[in-house]
Amino acid sequence: MISYETFDTWWWPYVFIAIAGWLATDIWRWLGVLVGNRLKQDSAALTWVRAVATALLAAVIAKLILYPVGELQNVPVAIRLFAACIGFGAFLISGKRIWVGIIVALGLLVGGQFLAAAALSVG
Amino acid sequence: MSNSSGQSGAFWFLKGARGIASLPAIILMSAFVGFCGFAVEAGVPLGEAVFMTGMIWALPAKVLLVGSILAGVSLPAAFITVALSSIRLMPMVAALIPEIRTEKTPTWLLLLLSHFIAITAYVFTMERIRDVPREHRVSFFAGFGMTVTTANIVLVAVIYSTVANLPAMVAGALFFLTPVYFLTSIWASTRERAGHIAMVIGLALGPLFHQVAPEFDILYAGLVGGTLAFVIDRFWKSGVRP
Repeated sequence: MISYETFDTWWWPYVFIAIAGWLATDIWRWLGVLVGNRLKQDSAALTWVRAVATALLAAVIAKLILYPVGELQNVPVAIRLFAACIGFGAFLISGKRIWVGIIVALGLLVGGQFLAAAALSVG
Repeated sequence: MSNSSGQSGAFWFLKGARGIASLPAIILMSAFVGFCGFAVEAGVPLGEAVFMTGMIWALPAKVLLVGSILAGVSLPAAFITVALSSIRLMPMVAALIPEIRTEKTPTWLLLLLSHFIAITAYVFTMERIRDVPREHRVSFFAGFGMTVTTANIVLVAVIYSTVANLPAMVAGALFFLTPVYFLTSIWASTRERAGHIAMVIGLALGPLFHQVAPEFDILYAGLVGGTLAFVIDRFWKSGVRP
């Protein structure tokens, strides 16, 4: 099977990215335009499509927190969950101020790691 | 823009472009710093990282593509992985298009502009579009989408060589910023009850389906969660508590 490393030329990785990246994402955007063009505003169908889009995003959010990529993997899951939940609570209590939620969540994430590190070195 | 009248259309395009200084755009750029670090770590060269940013644009799809390249999978396998994760773009685009188009907006223009739709552009536009006159909504969206995409292409190119020196804790925080921002901003920008129900169910179903069907988890969570939320909301409206 052809893969990213198959051809040793400068242009092959770009073709690979164009097919597996650009085409694989933009076909859905084009389909979305064709579907969206037929949806009437304030119709039940649009409410359903919006609910599906929102649930999809919510699932992405939950996965980004529970099964993260990169450096976030090294932060214990308990700290990640705690920081996200308290941050969201702070956001709601503050009258839906997004920046309040973000600052609280990030503060707890960083602070929690220092605490966990301190607890480890003491224990 | 063919559908907006001269100066006024340009005004709304610039107004959208000014969204580069908004909280969503700034958070997205922080997330791109995180992605750039991931690409460097994975050994993706500068040119390809920049190319990916412009061509794919959706951040989760890029992370998956880099993961596929790292794993050395075949082209069809990488295509399927990225395509499956990107199905979510379709309902997002389908929900956004009725908000921005007019009777006269040509479909080719929407197809072209749809490239700039990803989660951030969706959230930003849904939050603000009601304050934009309908005939200028396409210009407003184009201004925001094009500016933010261009800015992130430049950002990735500029920070590529220095991002490797980022402290681990900062890099971790950058990856955490995105879900927390999405969580709060989508909740804040959702006006319908169905949306809030969908959000709660989706949060629970995402990890649940991840255990059962990791390849399709997002898709299942979206379809099942969204449909459930829609049905619950209908019952609620008709006075029958589910």
